[in-house]
Amino acid sequence: MSAAIKAKVVDSSNRIAARFALLKKHKRAGLVTFITANDPTPHVFMDILEGLPASGADLIEIGIPFSDPMADGPAIQLSSQRALKHKTRVDDVLEAVREFRKNEIDTPIILMGYYNPIYHYGNQEFAERAAAVGVDGVIVVDLPPEESEELTVHLRANDIHMIFLTAPTSSDARLPTILKEASGFVYHVAITGITGTASANEDAVKVATMRLRKHTDLPIAVGFGIKTPEQARAIGAHCDAAVVGSAIVDIIAKGVDATGKPQAGLTMKVLEFVKSLATGVHGAWP
Amino acid sequence: MAEARNTYKSGADEAGHFGLFGGRYVAETLMPLILEVEKAYNACRADPKFAAELKHLNTHYAGRPSALYFAERLTEHFGGAKLYFKRDELNHTGSHKINNTLGQILVARRMGKTRIIAETGAGQHGVATATVCARFGLQCVVYMGAKDIERQKSNVFRMQLLGAEVRPVDKGTATLKDAMNEALRDWVANVHDTYYLIGTAAGPHPYPTMVRDFQSVIGEEVRKQLLEAEGRLPDSLVAAVGGGSNAIGLFHPFLDDADVKMYGVEAAGRGIKTGEHAASITGGSPGVLHGNRTYLLQDEGGQIKDAHSISAGLDYPGIGPEHAWLHFQGRVNYVSATDDEALAAFQFCSKLEGILPALEPAHALAYVAQVAPTLPKEHIIVMNMCGRGDKDVFTVADALGAKL
Repeated sequence: MSAAIKAKVVDSSNRIAARFALLKKHKRAGLVTFITANDPTPHVFMDILEGLPASGADLIEIGIPFSDPMADGPAIQLSSQRALKHKTRVDDVLEAVREFRKNEIDTPIILMGYYNPIYHYGNQEFAERAAAVGVDGVIVVDLPPEESEELTVHLRANDIHMIFLTAPTSSDARLPTILKEASGFVYHVAITGITGTASANEDAVKVATMRLRKHTDLPIAVGFGIKTPEQARAIGAHCDAAVVGSAIVDIIAKGVDATGKPQAGLTMKVLEFVKSLATGVHGAWP
Repeated sequence: MAEARNTYKSGADEAGHFGLFGGRYVAETLMPLILEVEKAYNACRADPKFAAELKHLNTHYAGRPSALYFAERLTEHFGGAKLYFKRDELNHTGSHKINNTLGQILVARRMGKTRIIAETGAGQHGVATATVCARFGLQCVVYMGAKDIERQKSNVFRMQLLGAEVRPVDKGTATLKDAMNEALRDWVANVHDTYYLIGTAAGPHPYPTMVRDFQSVIGEEVRKQLLEAEGRLPDSLVAAVGGGSNAIGLFHPFLDDADVKMYGVEAAGRGIKTGEHAASITGGSPGVLHGNRTYLLQDEGGQIKDAHSISAGLDYPGIGPEHAWLHFQGRVNYVSATDDEALAAFQFCSKLEGILPALEPAHALAYVAQVAPTLPKEHIIVMNMCGRGDKDVFTVADALGAKL
């Protein structure tokens, strides 16, 4: 472990570190759920969001919708489009977090999206306001460590974690470049592909997480290609948390009619599925 | 920093930046591959054998050098500056796009890639890519917006005849930007055997630099040809800009010649004020899309807006990062021409010179038509005739209300 990069020092008020510490104490893997802000409507999104912690989501990712989500498959592309029909902006996403935090102070919130809406908003302003409403981490899909300093400097100043992705294509030579900038946790992309397409391969994930452990002490979450409670359990066995996005968003897609109007009971359907995922993940560790 | 002299030609820097612009804004899955492309390209750049191979193909396959033609009747018609056309529409496949695809296919071959993907708007880059893939026996998949397929049917069939698979993209606005998104998604999923052959001087580093280098043959030839014809350098260079590959190819070899003025002509569509245009510099602001920071058409929330232009090749809401930087530096003037002005230029060029220009260079000619009459007779303008108009006859007929 001599080459390992130590996790950045985090104080006890840090929700992400506290949550992974709690998971470790309970000896179980965590569930990270992804939904896009204001999908399918601001009202239903808020209902789902507020129901997630009680349904077993240990960490929550909220997607900032973008017109051109290059790394996402059809499910999340469409969720972005539904959200953008409601003219969802960065401010709306932050407002939703503020609302959520009125009743929930423990579950970490991570905003995930593409760089342009954040850059356009202003990096410093974004970091300050995100911190003020209770955001814990940020994932920017198209901002590799080589380009990230202009945002990271402001996130760091506001105690927000910049969470980086590692991929099956990230070589041992490259991992230190990514991990020296990483904080909070490492998000490992299980497949070489876009979200919601191929299924994550358990053996490949096992090898990948073992490789990552040689380089970092940060918790490892694995995502892309986890669709069922069974897959969540299998992948969760090799990491600290499993991330599910497209499969949840797909239920939302099926629960709206052609005009985008959500059917009755959609929130319950989504939360029931999240409960089944949680049951899967929470049984992942022996 | 051996270079002490001020130069506009030093970009991109090692990280792929042109000042504020450029860079490598891609998902981590692609990052190692982008670095590999850069390494491969740098090796090609340093290898005289690569240069010799490309020169051979340019000469014997593409038909370079293309002519520098004195447009005598248009010069007379405008009654001012002396106008030359760089005839890149005479290249094999009918546009400047072949300059870049020949260069990149050699890079892809050296990388051992067996499958080539590309995006295309007007279809010119798709055709040029399908052509070089046929020439070297490589599998070719071209992503094209469903809307563009509709308005460029003949190019779609050409690509199919050349053995390429054309995949329609009906997502988003179903035009060039969405085709590029889809090509990036394909690449992420097929990194092991696939090379993404980007058609314009945009995208993540090293593409803007690599495409510029391959297109710079245009400007290098112009320099030599005009020195032969007139014994001096041009006063003005004019080229259409969408992503900006033909323009940067013409401009780059002259950037450090302070007396050469340069004009990049963006597509003003139905007029900048209507909001329905594709003029990223004239009507946009800095942002990050498709791997680079540059000027983009975007709304107040940083969402990318639809571009509009009668020319499918200019219908893109961004511009290459080196152009963004040259604008920022004030070295190149970015101006614009509307659909109607381009249509008028298309017609008078056809009638007065016997050359059907593509709608893309018709925008450049529309700008020439505005300024040439005001300039003295000894003022020399070189305009890049970067594509031929055969592909556009249906669009033009439609716009003019002619039934075919």
